[in-house]
Amino acid sequence: MAINNKEVTTTEEQAKVRQKTRQILKRFGRKQGNLVPILQKVQGKLGYLPREAMLEIAKFLSIPGIDVYSVITFYNQFRLNPPGKHSIRVCLGTACHMKGGYITLDAWKRRLGIDRGETTPDREFDLDSVACVGCCVMAPVTVVDAKPQGKVEPTKVDGLLLAFEIEREKKS
Amino acid sequence: MKVAELSAITSAFQEIKNRAELRWQTLYDSGKPVIMVGTATCGRAAGALEVLKAIRDELKRQNLDFPVIEVGCLGHCYAEPLVIISKPEYPPICYGRVNPVIAERLVKEFVIGDNPCLEFVLGALEENDLVPSFSDFPRAKYEKKVILKNCGQIDPKEIDHYIAKGGYSSLVKALHIPPEQIIEELKRSGLRGRGGAGFPTGRKWEVCCRAVGEPKYVICNGDEGDPGAFMDRVVLESDPHSIIEGMIIAGYTVGARYGYIYVRAEYPLAVEHVQIALRQARRLNLLGKNILGSDFSFDIRLFQGSGAFVCGEETALIASLEGKPGIPYYRPPYPAVKGLYGKPTLFNNVKTFAYVRHIINDGAECFASIGDERSKGTAVFALAGKVVNTGLAEVPMGTTLRQVIFDVGSGIPGGKHFKAVQIGGPSGGCLPESALDLPIDFDSLSDAGAMMGSGGMVVLDEDDCMVEIARYFLEFTQSESCGKCTFCRLGTKQMLEILNDITQGRGRIDDIDMLSQLAEDVIAGSLCGLGKTAPNPVLTTLRYFRDEYEAHIKEGRCPALMCRDLIAYYIIPEKCERSCDACVGTCTVEAITTNKKRIKVIDQEKCVKCGTCLDACPPQYNAVIKLSPPSEVPS
Repeated sequence: MAINNKEVTTTEEQAKVRQKTRQILKRFGRKQGNLVPILQKVQGKLGYLPREAMLEIAKFLSIPGIDVYSVITFYNQFRLNPPGKHSIRVCLGTACHMKGGYITLDAWKRRLGIDRGETTPDREFDLDSVACVGCCVMAPVTVVDAKPQGKVEPTKVDGLLLAFEIEREKKS
Repeated sequence: MKVAELSAITSAFQEIKNRAELRWQTLYDSGKPVIMVGTATCGRAAGALEVLKAIRDELKRQNLDFPVIEVGCLGHCYAEPLVIISKPEYPPICYGRVNPVIAERLVKEFVIGDNPCLEFVLGALEENDLVPSFSDFPRAKYEKKVILKNCGQIDPKEIDHYIAKGGYSSLVKALHIPPEQIIEELKRSGLRGRGGAGFPTGRKWEVCCRAVGEPKYVICNGDEGDPGAFMDRVVLESDPHSIIEGMIIAGYTVGARYGYIYVRAEYPLAVEHVQIALRQARRLNLLGKNILGSDFSFDIRLFQGSGAFVCGEETALIASLEGKPGIPYYRPPYPAVKGLYGKPTLFNNVKTFAYVRHIINDGAECFASIGDERSKGTAVFALAGKVVNTGLAEVPMGTTLRQVIFDVGSGIPGGKHFKAVQIGGPSGGCLPESALDLPIDFDSLSDAGAMMGSGGMVVLDEDDCMVEIARYFLEFTQSESCGKCTFCRLGTKQMLEILNDITQGRGRIDDIDMLSQLAEDVIAGSLCGLGKTAPNPVLTTLRYFRDEYEAHIKEGRCPALMCRDLIAYYIIPEKCERSCDACVGTCTVEAITTNKKRIKVIDQEKCVKCGTCLDACPPQYNAVIKLSPPSEVPS
């Protein structure tokens, strides 16, 4: 996995990321046990974990940058790319899989034109799968912007996307 | 503790309890109807928040200030969203599959009017003459609610509800008992860890209690990573205080100062409810410094897991708490002796902690009277997949799989045939019909090749391919393997590639032997539970469903018509209704066209095999079918 740093290019943007990260770090003690909660908070604020943020965190905890990077790439929760405006998480738990979650994932891929772990070029949607959200009884489930949607089959994928489109048209 | 101190603890708690009971009483004694909406994650996925809003809006329109309470999950997830209305002179009635329109009607006709809208009733919570109650359900004969008792009946964000229902009195009772006696009580109860391995809880507590090192830690393992399992989520969301109380008692018993509740970040609602619960417990001094004025101090922090299945393994969980990648390490020393930051650390599953207060309160004998010879108490199962009553079920240990699936779960929907039950998640196995009369306990299931695991039960029917399910779990464990052990890292990869080949029609006949051989090697060559159990789904499906593997390999045919590379969708011309257009409109890739005879035809090149046309074709025609191998399609 390569670090995608297209987002943070100018020194100005880099400084901004550093400053935002430092703001969050103020609330934490300088021990490595806080690394995961720090990463969660920083990602919550920035949407992803840019290189500048990683370096800032490493400095704060007095650990090598590679240790921060290895933790980030170990856990599924952390992302190195900026997210889209809306997040689509297709559940691939056992019940969802057996009820066609993989078909639903295909439908999302087809409609959004992106693969798992990617963001649409217009930054509207990012698509990923999730191991299990524990709503097995509503299988197949897709979590759309933190809200679990039950029984999402290919036709409902179209319906959900239509709802976004209507929302967008209303605004413009 | 000293006698003077003990009486101070009791009176401090009595004050808290009186206040909580008063609040609970006034809720019901005010003469106003009380409306409860189940808003756990499963309810929300079904639209419970919309229902909640509809009820609040309607009450507002009518200028009524009746209490509307958000409760957790009642376990009847198949009928979500659920609404419970308690009205004076009526039994508390639970309505199922409520939508905003029905919700509005319930408010108008039952809350305000006098029509209990029997057509929407699921069941009453108490026996009565008006509507059938849950205890009249056939499943009631098999269910025994211990740790699920409060779930769906109280507001998990209100500590007073929990206390009014008897909560935290076990803690007070425990503080009066020497730790050794608590351990003795746990041992006599026969409680075994509910995380899957079934280690005797009393013995684990004893080891940690005797271990030397300060400070000691108590960790609640809520990293419920098994896909298809959601028991811990429900308990964390619906009754978080029961876990906290169990942990405080554990802290007192083993002499710990700090505790962690480790919850998956994929469970945001559980995280929120636990955080609220911890704050409330701290405010009432049930947690923190000098609990209830005693000399015992204990505090709990919430830690969010970051999505790594291997962190369910206790040593990997410790690594992740220490801010490192979750890679397991060799045991012994066990965490009870040397765990987090090298200090004695007591690990238990969410459900194990939830049982503790019942054992302290009702006594070891009461708990031991439930269950069978070797496994005591109840087992909580998450029923999902192809079963009518999906949801949670708590049954005494020793209940058979058949009773859980067919009596509690009401069997397979759509008149289909049962094929297998997947139990224990990626570490467990698929058991066929012949194993259905096995009693559910720790030992019988292991003998059959599966394991109890944490309690996920996914029912599979004739439409589910057993090779595919094995492939699915292998794909999961392969991607979740931390990479430390060669056999787990590379062996699972090889197994997955073979299974991919088989499900895609490239299988070879010696693949089956190769799979069995690799399975043995992966088990032998892996350090932690992930690798040691990863081959189980393959081994059990090979043991019970070998014919399906052979059909894939020898005939290129998927008997369950599931593997997409081995099937084709086909519209039977004789059955296709000319004037019907249902499939054409729903096809998501425009692969269906109408020919000159006005018969619908699928373009096999374009078809992505999503099955939408099969669902769309009206049952009176039933013209769309699946064929395997794809060469069966007439040209």
